[in-house]
Amino acid sequence: MSEVVLDQVRKVYAGNVEAVRGVDITVPSGAFCVLVGPSGCGKSTLLRMIAGLETITSGDCRIAGGRVNELEPAERDIAMVFQNYALYPHMSVYDNMAYGLRNRRTPKDEIDARVKEAARILEITPFLERKPRQLSGGQRQRVAMGRAIVRKPKVFLFDEPLSNLDAKLRIQMRVEIKKLQRALGVTSVYVTHDQLEAMTLADTLVVMNKGLVEQAGAPLDLYEKPASTFVASFIGAPPMNLIPVEAAEAGPKVTGLTGGKGLPVPAGGAILGIRPEHLVVTTDALPEGAVGLSFPVTAVEAVGAETFVYGPLGGSGQDIIARLPGKALLEPGTPVSVAATRDHLHLFDKDSGKRIGA
Amino acid sequence: MVERKTIFSYLPHLILLIGIAVVAFPVYVAFVASTWDPATISNGQMPLRPGPHFLENYYQTIFVGTSRTTREPVGGMMFNSLVMALTIAIGKIAISIISAFAIVYFRFPFRMTAFWVIFVTLMLPVEVRIYPTYKIVSDLGLLDSYAGLTIPLIASATATLLFRQFFMTVPDELVEASKIDGAGPMQFFRDTLLPLSITSIAALFVIQFIYGWNQYLWPLLITTRDSMQTIVIGIKKMIVTQDALTEWQIAMATAVLAMLPPVLVVILMQRLFVKGLVETEK
Repeated sequence: MSEVVLDQVRKVYAGNVEAVRGVDITVPSGAFCVLVGPSGCGKSTLLRMIAGLETITSGDCRIAGGRVNELEPAERDIAMVFQNYALYPHMSVYDNMAYGLRNRRTPKDEIDARVKEAARILEITPFLERKPRQLSGGQRQRVAMGRAIVRKPKVFLFDEPLSNLDAKLRIQMRVEIKKLQRALGVTSVYVTHDQLEAMTLADTLVVMNKGLVEQAGAPLDLYEKPASTFVASFIGAPPMNLIPVEAAEAGPKVTGLTGGKGLPVPAGGAILGIRPEHLVVTTDALPEGAVGLSFPVTAVEAVGAETFVYGPLGGSGQDIIARLPGKALLEPGTPVSVAATRDHLHLFDKDSGKRIGA
Repeated sequence: MVERKTIFSYLPHLILLIGIAVVAFPVYVAFVASTWDPATISNGQMPLRPGPHFLENYYQTIFVGTSRTTREPVGGMMFNSLVMALTIAIGKIAISIISAFAIVYFRFPFRMTAFWVIFVTLMLPVEVRIYPTYKIVSDLGLLDSYAGLTIPLIASATATLLFRQFFMTVPDELVEASKIDGAGPMQFFRDTLLPLSITSIAALFVIQFIYGWNQYLWPLLITTRDSMQTIVIGIKKMIVTQDALTEWQIAMATAVLAMLPPVLVVILMQRLFVKGLVETEK
């Protein structure tokens, strides 16, 4: 009923700068879609095109089946939460939330009911008469969300709404946004550059790079089967180890690497991807298809529940990160051997970075 | 830390006191002179304490005027000055806030040209364009009228620039939030921009009111009828007399009266913009 569809959407700015280069995204009704990517990848532009704050150069944007390219933002039945909240500084919290409804000539008692209801859900009832400057960052964020909720729009748009909050509050608000969206069942598009936020919030995760969609799908699918080295290094923290390997009879070949028999490495070589958390310390013989890595430890970061171990692989200087459980007692300078099983290995094309095989 | 009080910690206060005395003493003398009879003032023996003729002198100044030079009661002059100062101040603010709004928030052809043309008029105060401006005003038949007195002084690059600078600091997201909330451009102006500009408006009002009140050259050219005289011109006319004694007590009372409205405006508006400075946050 309120599906958001982007069909070959492009944005070309003056001076032929192509910010968005033909994007197809379908957000099913009621789903939470997160656009993630590095700065300048076009994710914000895309969101602003859905909002109607930027014109669409070509392609279609449809909300609930109707084409909205030419509609004003107010006519699209969307609500947006901005990074800096964009609350009206001279209006009380109540007026901030009521303003959009008043402009739509909603009856007074209905405005009152809706504002009070939103304030109750967001627990900001005690602050209704205050001005935004008298509120903390988290409270302002709630007001900004309240302003979106009272409108009962077809679509929520979030433009990095949590990046102005401190780390603790960010996690708390992230959980609340998710709960709220579930409860209201409103189709949402959320832009962030934080992969953790993206992973935890999304029903559909869209990774963007240079104005194009690199990969879209369920967050765990993207984690388990990244379509390219870009997605592989963007999703997951610390990022996936990407090791350039050459093809040999027995499988992949590079100094410091053993095993990997039967890996379909193309003749010209490839990039082998292994997530740090899939590496385990081992001294035993490798199982069939598994890959072992041996490198001298150069740095150890113990964070309590787990330990990050860094070291260069072979002579290539390629730094490997292994994420080991617990307190792995390793001294810098000692050699270490780690291994990953066959189903945790990813192969990517050497030049295009695209995934090879399933 | 215990602060040692030496003579030097009092020095700034001493300097300030001297400064205040230098500014305030002539004002005090003017007030004292406005309360004595002409004979006492002209014989050079005027005491430095207020005299007995306060009510009498001020009554004559406001409702009768000098007997020879200006022929008009100062009350009327004050009214003229007030109309002029208010029209100029309000007119300048109204015109410049709208032009700044246009320049900052709308993309129209020759937008920057328009901005630079406004900017260039900073170099063309009334004194520079006095002849052409006078010609236009007189051709339009606006001599000796409030319109002629005020309209040529209303266009203001300073105020436009000030509002432009202020509008540029208003976050773009506020405009966008307004758009999403269904407010049109003029509604955004009225509901958001105007309330946020109150501080700037108050500051400008003070500056422009005083600017308008103190105008001398332009009213001197434009007004010929006595009934259109402004108070600043009145003072000048009272002091320079060819063949009669200057009525100093009236001139001084007029000077004191001329000081009052600007002082009042500063005192009243100060509250508003101090309040604004404390409260405004974008």
